[in-house]
Amino acid sequence: MIWLVFAFAIWALGWWINAWLAALPRTRLTRLAVPVIFGLTLIAVWEGIVHGLEISPILLPAPSMIAMRFVASTAILWEDFVQTVIKGALSGYVLGCGTAFLVAILVDRFDFLRRGLLPVGNFVAALPVIGMAPILVMWFGFDWQSKAAVVVVMVFFPMLVNTVQGLADSSVMQRDLMRTYAAGYWMTLLKLRLPAAMPFVFNGLKIASTLALIGAIVAEFFGSPTRGMGFRISTSVGQLALDLVWAEIVVAAVVGSGFYGGIALIERAVTFWHPSQRH
Amino acid sequence: MSRSVLPVTTVVCAIFALWYVAAIWLNAPWAYDKATRTGELLNAQSLILDTWSQKKPKLPAPHQVAVEIWETTVEKKITSKRSLIYHSWITLSATLLGFALGTGLGIALAVGIVYNRTMDMSVMPWVIASQTIPILAIAPMIIVVLNAVGISGLLPKAMISMYLSFFPIVVGMVKGLRSPDAMQLDQMRTWNASPSQTFWRLRLPSSMPYLFTSLKIGMAASLVGAIVGELPTGAIAGLGARLLAGSYYGQTIQIWSALIMAAALAASLVALIGVIQRVTLKRMGMS
Repeated sequence: MIWLVFAFAIWALGWWINAWLAALPRTRLTRLAVPVIFGLTLIAVWEGIVHGLEISPILLPAPSMIAMRFVASTAILWEDFVQTVIKGALSGYVLGCGTAFLVAILVDRFDFLRRGLLPVGNFVAALPVIGMAPILVMWFGFDWQSKAAVVVVMVFFPMLVNTVQGLADSSVMQRDLMRTYAAGYWMTLLKLRLPAAMPFVFNGLKIASTLALIGAIVAEFFGSPTRGMGFRISTSVGQLALDLVWAEIVVAAVVGSGFYGGIALIERAVTFWHPSQRH
Repeated sequence: MSRSVLPVTTVVCAIFALWYVAAIWLNAPWAYDKATRTGELLNAQSLILDTWSQKKPKLPAPHQVAVEIWETTVEKKITSKRSLIYHSWITLSATLLGFALGTGLGIALAVGIVYNRTMDMSVMPWVIASQTIPILAIAPMIIVVLNAVGISGLLPKAMISMYLSFFPIVVGMVKGLRSPDAMQLDQMRTWNASPSQTFWRLRLPSSMPYLFTSLKIGMAASLVGAIVGELPTGAIAGLGARLLAGSYYGQTIQIWSALIMAAALAASLVALIGVIQRVTLKRMGMS
């Protein structure tokens, strides 16, 4: 009972502080503080409810328990991180986005390809491509190569569609200006169209960053060596070691947010001129 | 529109041609292997014919997949456990339930975010952060845990679908509900409209184009959620279960037919929303 009262009190306190902060004029500090307080409140309420209602740790472990498990099993978590994120997701991401970028330049060069490949690409991008995972695991074996292949397949079309769209983004007037400067195709591409395409390219890269992690983890459900985040999650669920599962989820969440945030930071540096970056 | 018919057909034909060639290339080792064991000599024609008709090929040829789909949809009874329509229905029902829940949650959150400043500042960043967590990764946990409490079947899968589909809807709806410009809002004020009137007569109608765009993304996402949600239930029923069972037993033709079925399902669901969108927007006089 005391825990429940505690949870409710924390919730009320957190909400009250946030309501007060939100009413203040928006500064960088309040913009950062409000979501942080909201998140901390959520964790505290979770802790309180788990203890208060005496929820079995098999169902939902308390945050403190997850934190302890996290600290106790850093070695396993690191091994899984290297296997899934560095070897599987990252190599697939670089390969998939790189190829898609090059293909997009090719597609943009030939109008016939653009009119043909773009609708098909748009269509494929909306399909449940993740279903390719069992096939690719069969083709490339159980180790990280097949996970990288799944990631390549998943990120290719979103990246392609975005880049092609971006390359078409410069206006006729800008292209005419390049022509009056006597710039050839490559010069126009390098100096005008690629920079103009950057906001779209980064949009594709951001979408691909979340897809990459998901692809690498889900592909491990179809077979993997005895390490990796997807492997650990599925086996630990079977053993009802939910605290370890949640520790893996924390890693996945931190990696996912960090990956996305990193791309967003690079985007801000590269496309500083774009209206959406100027507040 | 008609300008893109020829290029699209060319590209699709090229994909099929590549597919057939790749089938020869990938299945040839097994064909040679078989031939050396029986002591036959393979000429080019029999090699190609063999690679296109193996029982467990590395890459089944398109016509093999087509035959499999025909056999498991038209020739089997719908109630049969081997009917692909039966499995599609299992997945579709979870998708639709999850999609409905996700749409409801998404719209509710969007209304809260637009009307409540505290909620905007505290919830919105977490909604965005929630999507960088690979939720599909914890699908098995949700399924197994809910199963332990006695909730099984449709609902756990639908919850994963819901989680994947609510995000595009929140983002689209927030944008849509904020799309009326200051002039239109001022106009409502000069008419002395109450907040609820402003909502029902101005904000909600003008959010419709945004809503439909997000519904299309959300629908595709919730199908993915339902399929992945089926993986850890131990391959009982549904398209995801077909994929998993196929990968256990090396039944590649079964995997491909389930995959094509999932793709067709996604395409037709998205197309259906497209039709509803066109009719609705036309009747609202927006297109």
